[in-house]
Amino acid sequence: MTSAARSATLGIVTEPNHSWDKAKLIAIIDELKHRPGPLLVILRRIQDELGWVPADAVPLIASELRLSRAEVHGVISFYHDFKHAPLGLNIIKLCRAESCQAMGAVALADHLKSRLGIDFGQTTSDHNFTLEAVYCLGNCACSPAAVVNGELIGRATADRLDQAISELERICR
Amino acid sequence: MSATVYVPRDSSAVSLGAEAVASAITAEARRCQLDLRMIRNGSRGLYWLEPMVEVATPNGRVAYGPVTPADVAGLLAANFLTGGAHRLSLGPTDAIPLLQRQERLTFARVGIVDPVSLDDYMAHGGYRGLARALTLSGAAIVDEVTASGLRGRGGAGFPTGIKWKTVLDQSSQPKYVVCNADEGDSGTFSDRMLMEGDPFTLIEGMTIGAIAVGATEGYIYLRSEYPDALRAVNDAITGAEKGGYLGPDVCGSGKAFRLEVRVGAGAYICGEETAMLESLEGKRGMVRAKPPLPAITGLFGQPSIINNVISLASIPIILEKGGQFYKDFGMGRSRGTIPLQLAGNIKRPGLIEKAFGISLRELIYDYGGGTASGRPIRAVQAGGPLGAFFPESMLDLPLDYETLAAKGGMLGHGGIVVFDDTVDLARMARYAMEFCAIESCGKCTPCRIGSTRATEIIDAIIAGRDREANAALLRDLCDTMTAGSLCALGGLIPLPVTSALKYFPEDFGLPKVST
Repeated sequence: MTSAARSATLGIVTEPNHSWDKAKLIAIIDELKHRPGPLLVILRRIQDELGWVPADAVPLIASELRLSRAEVHGVISFYHDFKHAPLGLNIIKLCRAESCQAMGAVALADHLKSRLGIDFGQTTSDHNFTLEAVYCLGNCACSPAAVVNGELIGRATADRLDQAISELERICR
Repeated sequence: MSATVYVPRDSSAVSLGAEAVASAITAEARRCQLDLRMIRNGSRGLYWLEPMVEVATPNGRVAYGPVTPADVAGLLAANFLTGGAHRLSLGPTDAIPLLQRQERLTFARVGIVDPVSLDDYMAHGGYRGLARALTLSGAAIVDEVTASGLRGRGGAGFPTGIKWKTVLDQSSQPKYVVCNADEGDSGTFSDRMLMEGDPFTLIEGMTIGAIAVGATEGYIYLRSEYPDALRAVNDAITGAEKGGYLGPDVCGSGKAFRLEVRVGAGAYICGEETAMLESLEGKRGMVRAKPPLPAITGLFGQPSIINNVISLASIPIILEKGGQFYKDFGMGRSRGTIPLQLAGNIKRPGLIEKAFGISLRELIYDYGGGTASGRPIRAVQAGGPLGAFFPESMLDLPLDYETLAAKGGMLGHGGIVVFDDTVDLARMARYAMEFCAIESCGKCTPCRIGSTRATEIIDAIIAGRDREANAALLRDLCDTMTAGSLCALGGLIPLPVTSALKYFPEDFGLPKVST
């Protein structure tokens, strides 16, 4: 089964051009496979370095760790951080948890969804933005909280996030 | 003489612009040719004043805040580096009333020290607990922890000394010390603050645990949402290794203790201790049935101390000053102090470390100053997403484990989220079940399926379909989840739902009943 076919069975709509470096993947597995309980450490590193975990990594990891492919796939699918396809160029995360809701996160979420034209967990068709829901960033004293490309924003407002998005749109153009 | 200025590196302070303030101070000082030493400290936890900048003066530290980059030139013109008067001046930091009234034991150094400097840690009383522990037998260390009355600060409130005793009594080797730093509860941030602001205290606490029970390896399971804490803890581990406080021969005792941070991958359930163990072992974070107790059959099937960040970070002061010193704080069976976290719609959000027994009302009004929106408080959720919603009329409850449990709630990890009168408790109840459905590990049917069905039932109630019958069904389903789930997620998620139904029936379109 090809990578694209596999992605299709997972219900993921992906762009065909998902290049990743097999040598890099093997190097990561080789470096970490002797650690105690290495699977999550390996997947974490792959996710951090590639930005996603390619389906074709599954058999490689499985054979090196002497696990079944089902076991490896099961771990990947369990954790929210592991992505089956590359995300957009820019990633915006918005906290949906209680403290942020108390400070207007629901309205902020509606605003972001309409501003970007996508729902949580989706990527814009130009692949410029991915919007993700998160459940607590530990920034509850400065709710509502958002993360724009890794930068934590406290007391987030629609204006502030619009400004960040406009800036990123300019760069993408 | 060079001036010393403190700008927090705490991620919440940075989320409010602390990084830009630090750059502005550095640039402005260079322009004015001022000799400046900048220390990036943790946060004092007074978040409505962040970014809060402090300067060292002969009479102690003086605070200014909240500072924006635009204020920096004016602050320098007002000689703030020597404590000069300015409209942002908060006076001597130690005299800020809401800080002065706290009882900071676990957070004694947070916001004060350079988090990643071993020298600074030592200069502020660091490693005195370990020094004393190294003169004691393992059993004597455990006795001291038992005598302190310390209970698990992660939420379960299990006596720490009893856990440690169980691990001590096992002969199997190796043993592990595992720190649960998967702080996923909304409204909580004390673990993050401690790890970013004073990571050596956590490392010292874990090392004392290892010495006590004969463990040689430790893991900190840290959630991926905390990249700044990861950096701070890793830097501190490197510092402790260089200083001989971690490694093959801890302080020349001949005892080895190796410590590693493992980063999670986004799963709320991994804050449950057995799911965390599975995750550390590289598996799906599925909850394990107990027994076997994790203390006996824990990480990789070996005896393991498993404690929350705050529990472990409270160990150094207990060993340094004795269990009785710690036990003298608190009330009833809740001994010592607890870092309470005020969040949500609150005027003065932040961290308040107090002895157990302070009331919700005192905490929310005296410390928190009421809502940020200025509207009346309608509901308060104590104890994170699995905690009950209480109406304003119940805020006189004293905060300790037993009192909240007796009222159908829980203290959990000490998070308090405040809502004003615009909150819709039916929506909050729906969110609780939706969250459970998203985060359930799937092991138990009541949690896996029940949470989805409960979301649908609440939707039906909100839509006005058979409200009374659906409410009865929802209560029944909550009963099943409470009784039929292995762990706290499925077992406690009914708390916010049933408390919302009980205290705020009008939000569900149900008649008010006298309680």
